[in-house]
Amino acid sequence: MLNDPPVSSQLQEFLDQKGERGREMLLPALLETQKIHDFIPPASASAIGDALKVPLADIYGVIEFYSMLSSQPRAETPIRICTTPSCASQGSGELVSQICQHLGVDIGEATRDGQYIVEEVECLGLCDHAPGVLVGDEMVGEATLEKIFNPGDHPRSQIYGDPLYLMARAGKIDPLSTEQFQEKGGFKGLKKILTLSTEEVIEMVTDSGLTGRGGAGFPTGLKWKSCAEMDRFPKYLVCNEDESEPGTFKDRALIEGDPFTIIEGMIIAAYAAGATKGYLYIRGEYTHSHQVISRALEIAAQEGFLGKDILGSGFDFEIELRSGAGAYICGEETALFESIEGKRGFPRVKPPFPTTHGLFNQPTVINNVETLANVALICNIGPEEYKKLGSEDSSGPRLFSISGDINRPGIYEITKPITLADLIYENAGGIRDGKEIRVVLLGGAAGKFVAPDQMDVLLTLQGTRDAGLSLGSGAVVVFDVDVDMKFVLHGLGHFFAHESCGKCYPCQLGTQRQAEILDRNLRGQALPGDIERLEDVIATMTDSSLCGLGQTAGSAVGSAIKICPEYFGIEEVSYE
Amino acid sequence: MNEEKSVQLTIDGKECRVPEGTTLLQAARSLDINIPVICLHDATTSEGLCRQCVVEVEGWGRLAPSCITPVAEGMVVFTESERVIRTRRTILEMLNASVDLSNSPELQAQMKRYEVDPERFPGAKKREHKILDDNPFYVRDYSQCILCWRCVQACADDMQYTYALGIGGRGHDSRITTFFDFPLPETTCVFCGNCVGVCPTKALQGKTEHLLEKGLQHHEIRARRREERQDKRRST
Repeated sequence: MLNDPPVSSQLQEFLDQKGERGREMLLPALLETQKIHDFIPPASASAIGDALKVPLADIYGVIEFYSMLSSQPRAETPIRICTTPSCASQGSGELVSQICQHLGVDIGEATRDGQYIVEEVECLGLCDHAPGVLVGDEMVGEATLEKIFNPGDHPRSQIYGDPLYLMARAGKIDPLSTEQFQEKGGFKGLKKILTLSTEEVIEMVTDSGLTGRGGAGFPTGLKWKSCAEMDRFPKYLVCNEDESEPGTFKDRALIEGDPFTIIEGMIIAAYAAGATKGYLYIRGEYTHSHQVISRALEIAAQEGFLGKDILGSGFDFEIELRSGAGAYICGEETALFESIEGKRGFPRVKPPFPTTHGLFNQPTVINNVETLANVALICNIGPEEYKKLGSEDSSGPRLFSISGDINRPGIYEITKPITLADLIYENAGGIRDGKEIRVVLLGGAAGKFVAPDQMDVLLTLQGTRDAGLSLGSGAVVVFDVDVDMKFVLHGLGHFFAHESCGKCYPCQLGTQRQAEILDRNLRGQALPGDIERLEDVIATMTDSSLCGLGQTAGSAVGSAIKICPEYFGIEEVSYE
Repeated sequence: MNEEKSVQLTIDGKECRVPEGTTLLQAARSLDINIPVICLHDATTSEGLCRQCVVEVEGWGRLAPSCITPVAEGMVVFTESERVIRTRRTILEMLNASVDLSNSPELQAQMKRYEVDPERFPGAKKREHKILDDNPFYVRDYSQCILCWRCVQACADDMQYTYALGIGGRGHDSRITTFFDFPLPETTCVFCGNCVGVCPTKALQGKTEHLLEKGLQHHEIRARRREERQDKRRST
C-alpha cells in the first residue's frame, strides 16, 4: 500500500512563502519535507511541483539523485557510518557489523520501531577522528557502539602550525563574536578594499599569486577578472563548501572555527567580480557547520557587513545559505550550480565556463572556502607580505588535512615549502606505533598513491607536478605496512561507483566495472587479464569522461597498479 | 555581403575549410569520415553523454567529443588514433556488459568495427528491469536502455513539452523513470510516440510490433486488444 501522508502545514507554509522563487527552491523544499516525514511522500512532491512549477518526473529524479533524500519511508534517525579510506583503515567496517548486530538489522534496513537505519556513507570529513559517524544531525568521532547512542562533544580538529595565518583564529575565539574576530584582524582586509576600485582589488589578488585551494589550482585573480569583464548582470559569487574529497576536513574546520573569515572573503570576491548576490553551498552532511555559518550570516547582516550599502561603501551584497543533500559530484562547480537551480547534480559541458555562463547562466565566480580565507588574508596583510609565505610557484599558506595511521592527525598550516616526509615525520609525529609507511594517498580519492621512495616530493604545485602527483585539496592519508591494501582499493572503487552521477558513459560504466574488478581482487578471485581490463577502464575514464570526477576516478587505482602491483590479481598461469 | 567566417583544419591528414561554429563531427562528415555515435540524434540536444564520437586533437590533454566540440583554426584532428580506438572499444565492451544490445543493429555494427570482445567483462552487473506493459500503445524494456536520454529530451523541451519522463537513480544504476514510477496512463504522457521514435534500441517499442515479434498474428493481436477494451469498459 502506498504510504502517502497529506501535505503538512509546515511544508505548505514554506511553499506559500518561497514558492514564487520557482525551481531554485526545489532542494530546500525537499530537504524540508524529508525533515518532516523522514521521506518525501508523493503528495508532498506533487504540491512542491505545483508551487515551484517543476515537472513531477524531474522532482522524482532529483529525489533519487541525492543520497540524503528518499522516496520511501526509512527511519527517524539514520546512523551513517563512513567507509572511505581513513575510516575504513581505522575499523569502520567492524563498527558497521557491530551496530547492525546490536540493532538486529542489515545495512539499509530500518529497525522495527522505525527509529534507526544503518547506512554506509562516503567521507564525512571526520578523518582525523576516525571512524566517523553521523547520527541524525550529530557528528560522532572515534565512534564506538556506545558513543553512537551517547554522542559527546562535537569533534573538532587539532590545528598545527607556527605561525598560523589562515587558522590563526579558529579554536581561539568565539566563532560567533564579530568583536573577537575584529580584535584579531578580522574585517580589516574588507575595510581596506572597500576604498579601492574593483580593478585594484583584482590586481592585488592576481599579484599575490593565489591559486584555488579546492583542488584544481586555478589562479584566483584571473577567474575574478574574466567575470568582472562580463557585461551581463546580475553576477553571482558562490562559495563551494561541498567539501567531500575523502581525507579532507580543513574547510569544515575553517567554517566552524572562523566563519566570519569566509564571509569576509566572499564579500571581497563579490566586490571584485561585481556580484551582488552570493550563495554559500554547504554539503548536507555538515550539519554543525550549517548551524554555525547560518548564525554567523545573520549576525553579519545585523551588523551591516552584509546587505545594502555595506559599511557605508555603497556596495550591496547578500548571501544565501544552501544545503546539499548527499552527492560528492556537487563539489564540481557546474554540478553545484545545477544543484542550486533545483536539478540533479549533473556537471555541464565546458566551455562555456562559469565566469561567463555560471549560476542561472549568468557570470559567476565560484571559490573554495580555503581560497576565500586566503583572500581575506591577502587583503589584510597585502600581497607583498603574503608572497613571502609558501613558495614562488605556490604562494601563501596552505592547509593539509592529515589522517590515517599517523601519530598526530589534524590540520597543518604550512607556510614554507616542505617535503611529504617532513610533513609526516617532523610535523605530524610519524607513523603510529613506530611502524614503517606503506603508502600515502595524496590529494584524496581523486589523487594518487605515493610510494615510500617518493616521500621527498616537495609539497608545492610545481613539486608535485614534477613527481607526476597533485596536491589536490591537500588531503594526506597515511597507511602503514599493515594496511589491507586490497580493502582500501575496494573502498575507492565503491566510492566512485556510488558517486558517479551517471551522465557520461565512461564514468557511469567505468566506475562500476572498476569496482567489480576491485571487489573480486579483494575476495581473492581475480581473473587473468584483470589488470589489463582495469587499465583499459582507467584509460577510458581518464581520457574521455565529461568532468573531473570521471577523469580522476581511476587515478588512485592506476597509481597503485604502478607502485604496488603485488596487491592486484593472481599469479598468472603460464601454459607454455 | 553574406560572407561567413570560415575555419581551416586538418582531419586525418585531409585539409578542410568549414564555417565557424561547425562541430568536429560535422567537419569530418564533410570529408566522408565516418565517426561513430551512440547518443546523438538530429532531433535532440547533444549533451556529450556517450563519448563514442571522441577524437584526438593535437596538443589537447584529453580526447574531445566531436559532436559538441567546435572547429578552431589550424586544428589537427585524428579520428581513429590508438587512444581513440581504445576508448571506443572499451565503452562498447563496458556497455555490452550492462545492457542487452542485441536489438540494436547500429551498435552491433560498431562492435564489429572495433573488434569488441562481447565477453570482455565477466561477472559484470547487468541493468536488468522487468518489461513495463502498462498502456495500449508501447512497452518499455529498460534492460535494453542505454541511457542516451533521447526519450526524456523528446518528451520535454526538444519536442513534446509533456515532461512525463525523467532520469532516476544515479551512476551505473541510473534509469528512465516516471513520477514515483507511476504507470504511464497516470502521468502527463499523451502517447505521442516521439520517445519511441527516437529510441536507438528496443527499450521503447510499439505494442503491436512487440507482440508481432513475440510470434502473435495480426488477428490475434486485434482480438487481444478488443478483449482489453471490453475489460476496461466493464470495470469502469
